Amino acid sequence: MSQMNIIQSVNSALDIILEKDPNVCIFGQDVGYFGGVFRCTDGLQKKYGKHRVFDTPLSEGGILSTAIGMGINGLRPIAEIQFSDYIFPAFDQITNELAKLRYRSGGEYWAPVTIRTPCGGGIRGGHYHSQSPEAYFTHTPGLKVVIPSNPHDTKGLLITSIEDDDPVIFFEPKRLYNGPFDGDHKKAALKWDIHPKGEVPEDYYSIPLGKAAIERPGNQVTVLAYGTMVHVAREAAESSGIDAEVIDLRSLVPLDIDTITESVRKTGRCVIVHEAPRTSGFGAELSAQIQEECFYHLEAPIARVTGWDTPYPHSLEWEYFPSQERVIESMKKVLGS
Amino acid sequence: MSKKKTLHVPDAPFRPGEKPDFSNLELPKAGDAKRPKVMVEPSEIRDLAFSLVRVLDDKHEAVGPWDPKLDALVLKEGLRHMCLLRIFDDRMLTMQRQGKLSFYMKSLGEEAVAIAQGMALRPDDILFPSYRQPGLQFVRGRDIVDMICHCITNVKDNVKGRQMPVHYSWKEGNFVSISSPVGTQFPQAVGCAMASAYKGEDNISISWVGDGTAAEGDFHYALNFASVYKAPVLLNVVNNQWAISTHKNISSGGATFAARGIAYDVPSIRVDGNDFLALYSVTSWAAERARKGGGPTFIEVFTYRGEAHSTSDDPTRYRPKDEWKSWPLGDPIERLKSHLIGLGAWSEKEQSKLEKELDTLVIKSYKEAEKHGTLSEGPWAPEDTLFEDVYKKPPRHLRKQRQEFGF
Repeated sequence: MSQMNIIQSVNSALDIILEKDPNVCIFGQDVGYFGGVFRCTDGLQKKYGKHRVFDTPLSEGGILSTAIGMGINGLRPIAEIQFSDYIFPAFDQITNELAKLRYRSGGEYWAPVTIRTPCGGGIRGGHYHSQSPEAYFTHTPGLKVVIPSNPHDTKGLLITSIEDDDPVIFFEPKRLYNGPFDGDHKKAALKWDIHPKGEVPEDYYSIPLGKAAIERPGNQVTVLAYGTMVHVAREAAESSGIDAEVIDLRSLVPLDIDTITESVRKTGRCVIVHEAPRTSGFGAELSAQIQEECFYHLEAPIARVTGWDTPYPHSLEWEYFPSQERVIESMKKVLGS
Repeated sequence: MSKKKTLHVPDAPFRPGEKPDFSNLELPKAGDAKRPKVMVEPSEIRDLAFSLVRVLDDKHEAVGPWDPKLDALVLKEGLRHMCLLRIFDDRMLTMQRQGKLSFYMKSLGEEAVAIAQGMALRPDDILFPSYRQPGLQFVRGRDIVDMICHCITNVKDNVKGRQMPVHYSWKEGNFVSISSPVGTQFPQAVGCAMASAYKGEDNISISWVGDGTAAEGDFHYALNFASVYKAPVLLNVVNNQWAISTHKNISSGGATFAARGIAYDVPSIRVDGNDFLALYSVTSWAAERARKGGGPTFIEVFTYRGEAHSTSDDPTRYRPKDEWKSWPLGDPIERLKSHLIGLGAWSEKEQSKLEKELDTLVIKSYKEAEKHGTLSEGPWAPEDTLFEDVYKKPPRHLRKQRQEFGF
């Protein structure tokens, strides 16, 4: 075991996979010589060579299309999109090509591409360095969508994603890279070095996709979250004293609906938290599935705490970011207190 | 009408009712273009992006340094494939008009592109075609019955009825699944070629897009990545003048399409797309260069789309009806046939015998394909395949939807 932050756990996963599978290569903007703007690929080019870990032109569409071609020809490419805000030039290649290749060729062709991309706000990044575009991709059949919330899960889920023969978009909540963040931006930043989920095995291990984790057990209300919001939700439960069960979804596609429904049937109440805007956000899908599966167990309408339906602001970031206070208020509302 | 300044919007040279006249087209003489050594510096052959490689002259004789000097047997094979493609297209169009296919796209006038270029490659070279190069499958020996089963979308369609006709996929022949969004395959071919280089293999990749598609971002991604990584890839723009009703004057304000390759420092060659020998020769040159580590070549295949874009299109609405007949570079099949006759290796009699034989083959294959089902009556792919191949294994939510559907 080592204590790692998420940057180090990503690096460790990539290191292990590069060592294990000669057909894995990593590429994207600034990932090679420099080691990535967030340092996730630091040292890997030096260790494995320029052809295994290399820099690309500033061309998200070019990165994804060439990744597909490499996947067709037997490689297992890991493409980095530097910020998920910049994934849209590659949208056609991801949603029309990567996602549909296996289906449209009757299973003849596929491309086992993993797209790593930092997402989310809380870093004073404004609306072009803070977005959470996961819902665009959960809406596209053929893609898997993963968002970890801590170093331990990041490594295990990333290894599974890379080894998966289906394309996976692996969102890395950048506010969590260096430490857990509970939404309280006024207190000193925490590090992963004393967090239990900062303990990461140095060797290979994998965590299956489609298995949620119970972040905090409870009986009064179920709170569903992923990425940064897992920490906000947990601390909201802790600080309010509400006996909330906080579930970290970890992967949105496939979704662990069993863990969700089991919890909601127990608590009868549900709050969904995500950073992305509300309308057509992944919370809408969760809400629909829960009422389909748990309608007669629900004691109150399902509540959503999300980013507003606006672009992600710069100076008013903390007015946008779903806060512990908003989560507590919603929990109280569904509890009728 | 006032002469007020306003936005410049280019137009096609000729519209319905006008007489097409291509006499202003600059056509270098056959045999004029120089043939550089294979590992030439791109900067030394910039003129080839503005010229036109032609081997067959007006008398159908092979002239100049690009003459690939192919054995007559190879030429006859090429002629056979091109004739088969044309006859196959005609039959499929007829069947589409009878409601047996939902849609079709012909290669009329462009038969040499897929056939000559395909024949100049190795079977392990990986093809990323557009919808206008189905002829590659004939070159690589695909069973015609299988092709028809795809086109009539029956139970034997290897893509399980998921795609419109002509969107073939054939892994055994290294023919990568065709998608409808134009141009996406161009940079994918570059990535595929990068993977060959990565693995130290000497097979190459090749892709085709049209003049209209050269306006897409994917076109630039492909050229730029191919140039940066010296990928062993052949990138072709088939300039057939028309993208549905969009004339190439709307697609590009530039001199030639080939000229664009110069800025990427990629060897760029313009070739007569109706000249089997020129196409074969340029493709062989580029393939040899790629295999030797010389990187990509960009080829503008200069031709004319003889038919409608697809069965959903009516070109008489936007171009003169007989424009193709006026195309100064002729019909690729007629030109190769005349060349072979000139060599004494072929005759009109043999030609008509071949056409009859191929027509019989296509009719027989069509009947054979219909034994596996038809578009209107089925059988089609089984209903439970609806949920297959979205993922390698259906995740739980898809299994649930499959149950909901009744399986």
